[in-house]
Amino acid sequence: MKKALLFVLIASLVVTGLFAQGAKEQAVKSEKEIVILVKSMGNAFFDAVFKGSQEAAAELGGIKTTYMGPPQATAEGQIEIIETLIAQRVAGIAISANDADALIPVTKKAMAAGIKVISFDSGINVGGRIVDLLPSNAELIGRQQIQLAAELTGSKGDVAVLSASAQATNQNLWINWMKEEIKDAKYANMKLVEVVYGDDAPDKSYREAVSLMQKYPNLKAIICPTTVGLLATAQAVKDAGKAGIVEVTGLGLPSEMKGYILDGTCRQMALWNPIDLGYTSTYILNGLIDGTVKGTAGESIPAGRMDSMKVEKDGIIYMGYPYVFNKDNVEQFTF
Amino acid sequence: MPEHAPSSLLKKALERRELTLMLLLVVLLVPITIRSPQFLSAENINRILNDMAILSIVAIGMFYVILSNGIDLSVGSIIAFTGMACGMINESHPSVSPLVLLLVGMLIGLLMGLLNGVLVAYGKIPPIITTLGTVNIYRGLTFVLSKGTWVTAHEMTPSYIGFPRTTFLGISYLLWIAFVVIAVFYYFSRFTRTGREVYAIGGNPTAAKFVGVNENRVRVVVFLISGTLCGLAGALWTARYASAVNEMATGFEMQAVAACVLGGVNFSGGAGGIIGVVLGTLFLGVVTNALPVVYLSVFWQTLVQGLIILIALALNTLSDQRKSAKLLAQRRG
Repeated sequence: MKKALLFVLIASLVVTGLFAQGAKEQAVKSEKEIVILVKSMGNAFFDAVFKGSQEAAAELGGIKTTYMGPPQATAEGQIEIIETLIAQRVAGIAISANDADALIPVTKKAMAAGIKVISFDSGINVGGRIVDLLPSNAELIGRQQIQLAAELTGSKGDVAVLSASAQATNQNLWINWMKEEIKDAKYANMKLVEVVYGDDAPDKSYREAVSLMQKYPNLKAIICPTTVGLLATAQAVKDAGKAGIVEVTGLGLPSEMKGYILDGTCRQMALWNPIDLGYTSTYILNGLIDGTVKGTAGESIPAGRMDSMKVEKDGIIYMGYPYVFNKDNVEQFTF
Repeated sequence: MPEHAPSSLLKKALERRELTLMLLLVVLLVPITIRSPQFLSAENINRILNDMAILSIVAIGMFYVILSNGIDLSVGSIIAFTGMACGMINESHPSVSPLVLLLVGMLIGLLMGLLNGVLVAYGKIPPIITTLGTVNIYRGLTFVLSKGTWVTAHEMTPSYIGFPRTTFLGISYLLWIAFVVIAVFYYFSRFTRTGREVYAIGGNPTAAKFVGVNENRVRVVVFLISGTLCGLAGALWTARYASAVNEMATGFEMQAVAACVLGGVNFSGGAGGIIGVVLGTLFLGVVTNALPVVYLSVFWQTLVQGLIILIALALNTLSDQRKSAKLLAQRRG
């Protein structure tokens, strides 16, 4: 008899506990819970993305953003996390994917469970997300590189490009748009003399940069659309005592280029601003969760201070021109 | 055995591959200078020498390993690890002087070389297999150490970055260090017992053992030399390129091997000299620095570089064969 009573007592305790747990979860769910899922933890670029997401969450209100990522940049690690998030029934996930295809089955499962999934920075292919937010597009990036060089040189003299490897897809696309932009009449006195490749190796990039200065006495600027090349070129120009004579610009991480930007070797350069990426992703997720937008092509999604984002074919969104870093703003960025 | 007494050094050196290589260098310089006259300017020669200083240090280490009939594929990874370590120490402890950093680099390199050497000598694992393993282990350790991040110019001290650039008598510290390394190992090869034992082990290990050469000790020593020199190179590399990147010096082992082989070092051990290695390095330096300035399309450069090296090697080998044929004929006659 005593035993039976004890059993009932324990059982009821357990059941009450479970209910209490359920009620608590319910309470949390009234606040929209979203997750910024990144390639791996410990990367300053993604830390900045999350900062942007927090900024947007604070503006929007009623939304809670969490930062997650596998310890190593693997698709498996991300899949595991997404499975857990499905079980937790979060409202939305923004993913920078380690593999454009491998995540599709699990993100499909998440979307079937009612979770809004978008990708940013490193996209998931069509079918595995609602929209894919890209920081910029090849045309904007390429054209802006020439504009930056023109501003530095007064649109005069020889300009060369020092790229990553000869078959780097992104860089080649950007360089094609540079060649397109420089055809404009306003660059009549500016000539793109050569494209060389530093293979993203500091020593080879350094050597190529020195060769460019030797080969073209009228060289006024070197554009490096890759951060390793940009670092090596800045050092080579500095070592040659040609800072201010040969301008250096390109795409680079502000934390790494800070020294050269502050000492004037590289007076300005561009890169997508990860804070803006996180900010915009959060606005897009918020709209999708509220159901005010669907993410269909042609739609405009409001995105706070970033104005509105236009959804292109296949659910792709281009955020805009890369952000320009110079000595006045570079110290604010930690990525 | 193409070995010789120190006394007839000059005469012998000129008879050997070194001369062929020197001639080839001149032949190569003619069209380059015609296309790009500033190539032979003092400033540019200084630049090429500086550019090749690190490779010459690493190639000398590689020379001893090849001389003992081995190969060290881990050099690039040792450079990366030591370079990263020195960069990170410089970032976290800016008060540590560049000279201490060089010593730290050499010490780390020595330990990495020691592991290679012990595995080869006492583990009886062939050098190519051992270093094929450690090349990945050391590169992996670099990533573990840095957690994937970089050290860049503004995180390092001006004294460290400036160190290889500082000049004494118009010559950079980087070059001075290379000169000292060349001189020390020239002496080591020719006039020390251990130096001669490396030749013996590589040339005829059985005979060497009979005359009392401790084979295991020599095998450890060659990897110690290679590791230590790579450590020195790593510390200099980070300062010279003002950045420590995880992928740095990837594939550098091939350049070091190429410099040795071009310099007439016998790939199966036992023959070769420091002067040859230095000339081989110089030859590579001229080729890699000249091609980008002679208005040759970048897509052709790699191919042309390979062709020039192959032709140089073929000519080298040919002159060697003719010499031994002559020698054989003399003996018969």
